[in-house]
Amino acid sequence: MFTRHESLKSSYDVVIIGAGGHGLAAAYYLARDHGIHDVAVLEKGYIGGGNTGRNTTIIRSNYLTPEGVQFYDESVRLWQDLSSDFDLNLFYSTRGHFTLAHTDAAMRTMRWRAAVNKHFGVRSEAVDAAFVKRALPMIDMECGGHAPIQGALFHEPGAIARHDAVAWGYGRGADRRGVEIHQQTEVTGIRVAGGRVTGVETTRGSIATPRVLCAVAGYTPRILDMLDLHTPIYIHPLQAMVSEPVKPWLDPIIVSGSLHVYVSQTARGELVMGASLDPYELHQTRSTLDFAEGLSAHMLELFPFLSEVKVNRQWAGLSDMTPDFAPIMGTTPVEGFFLDAGWGTWGFKATPVCGKTMSHTVATGRNHPLIEGFTMNRFAEYRLTGEKGAASVGH
Amino acid sequence: MKILVCPLNGARPVSEFAYGGEVRRSPNPDTCSDAEWSAYVFNRSGSPGVKFEWWCHIASGFWFIAERDTARDLVIATHPAETARRLATATGDGS
Repeated sequence: MFTRHESLKSSYDVVIIGAGGHGLAAAYYLARDHGIHDVAVLEKGYIGGGNTGRNTTIIRSNYLTPEGVQFYDESVRLWQDLSSDFDLNLFYSTRGHFTLAHTDAAMRTMRWRAAVNKHFGVRSEAVDAAFVKRALPMIDMECGGHAPIQGALFHEPGAIARHDAVAWGYGRGADRRGVEIHQQTEVTGIRVAGGRVTGVETTRGSIATPRVLCAVAGYTPRILDMLDLHTPIYIHPLQAMVSEPVKPWLDPIIVSGSLHVYVSQTARGELVMGASLDPYELHQTRSTLDFAEGLSAHMLELFPFLSEVKVNRQWAGLSDMTPDFAPIMGTTPVEGFFLDAGWGTWGFKATPVCGKTMSHTVATGRNHPLIEGFTMNRFAEYRLTGEKGAASVGH
Repeated sequence: MKILVCPLNGARPVSEFAYGGEVRRSPNPDTCSDAEWSAYVFNRSGSPGVKFEWWCHIASGFWFIAERDTARDLVIATHPAETARRLATATGDGS
C-alpha cells in the first residue's frame, strides 16, 4: 500500500513529525493542493498507531464557540467525499448524535449549543425526553432512578468512520503524490539557527529542512522541549473499550456527560465505548480494571439489558489536554516550526480540516483564518477559546 | 487496583485520592510581568519525568506531596507537605 524508502534524503522542503491522521492529512493536502511534494513524514512507531487508531471514531460539529463550530463544520463537510477522494471505503456512516441531559442545567447548555450551532447553519436541536424515548426505545429513561433523562441535544450530522482507514487513505494519497513516509524513525532533535528551523535529527540520520510540522498528540511536550517552547499542554490517558459483536440495535451515537459515557455500534456490531480522562498525568497506555468497571456500570444504567454482553478489548491513548479544551495550532515563535497539537480527546473528527488548514499554514507561513482562534499566543493574551462545555463528557 | 500510600492514612486505593497538579513556585503577582504571570497560570511541564505533586486523600481531606515518575507510573515516595517543601526546594523543583 505504501512505497518503502530505504534511507532518508539529506533534505526536504517540509518535514512532518507524526504519521497519524493529522500529519498524513497535512502531507496529502500539501502535495495535492499546494504543489509541495518534497515532504517527509517521520513516525517513531507505525502509521496510525497512536490516537488515530485509539479513538472512538465519533464525528460531529455541535460545539459551543463560534470558532469551534465553524472549524468542525468544515471538517464534517470534508468528511463527506473522502471515501471517493481516496478510493477507499472509510465506512463513513451518518447516525445522528444525542448528547443526553440529566439536569436542568445541562438542558440550558444544550439550548445554548443548539442556538450557536443553528446560527452557523449546523443542524442541532434541543429535544425533550419524549423525543429521546421515541428514537431510543431501549434506553432506561430513569437511568436506574438517580439520573433521569430530561432531554438532549440532537445533532443530525453526527457520524462514525473507520479510523485507521483514514490514516491509510491519507497516507496512500500522499505517497502516490511523492511524499515519503518513514516509519520506525524517531525525531531526537530539531536544529534552529537565528530563530528559524534548519533541520531535524533522527534515529536514522540528519535532515536539512526549513519547515517542520509537529503533529504528535500525546508526545507534543517532548518535541517542544527540544525547542524550549512552553505551552499549557498536559498529558492524561484516555481509555476506551469495545464489546463483543451483537445484533444491530443502536443506530445513533449516544453521549451522556453526567454518566461519563459515549457509545456507538459499529458496522460489525461491536459497541465502542469511552469515558472521561484518567484523573492524573501519566505517559503510559496501559488500561485499568477501574475503568472497565466504572464504564460498564454507567452503560448498564442507560441500557440494563446489556448485562450479559462481554467486553472484548480495552486500551488507552495519550491525550494532549489544554485548559480551554481547544487545540493549539499554527505558527510558533520559532520561524518554520508549526504546531498541530492540544487535540486532547477531540482530535479524530478534525483530521480533514486540520490537514487542510495546517497545509495552508505551512505552505504560506501564515495561519489559516479558520485556526485564528486556536493559536499558541492566546494564553499569553488571556484570550481563551472556552470549549469545555462541548466536550462529550465532563472531565 | 492502584495503591497510593498516604502519609496520614497508609496504603489506600488511588480512587480515594484527588490529584492536585505539580508543586510549583508562584511568582509575586505584584511585581511580575503579565507574561510571567500568564506563563505561571497556564503553562505546565508536560513531558514525562519524576515530579513532586499535590495529592489529597478525599475522605480525610489530607493534602500531601507525592514524588511520582509519570513515565513509569510509579510512586517513588509520599511526603507530608512540610518535608516535601524542603525536598522540592533542595532539588530546585519549586515549593
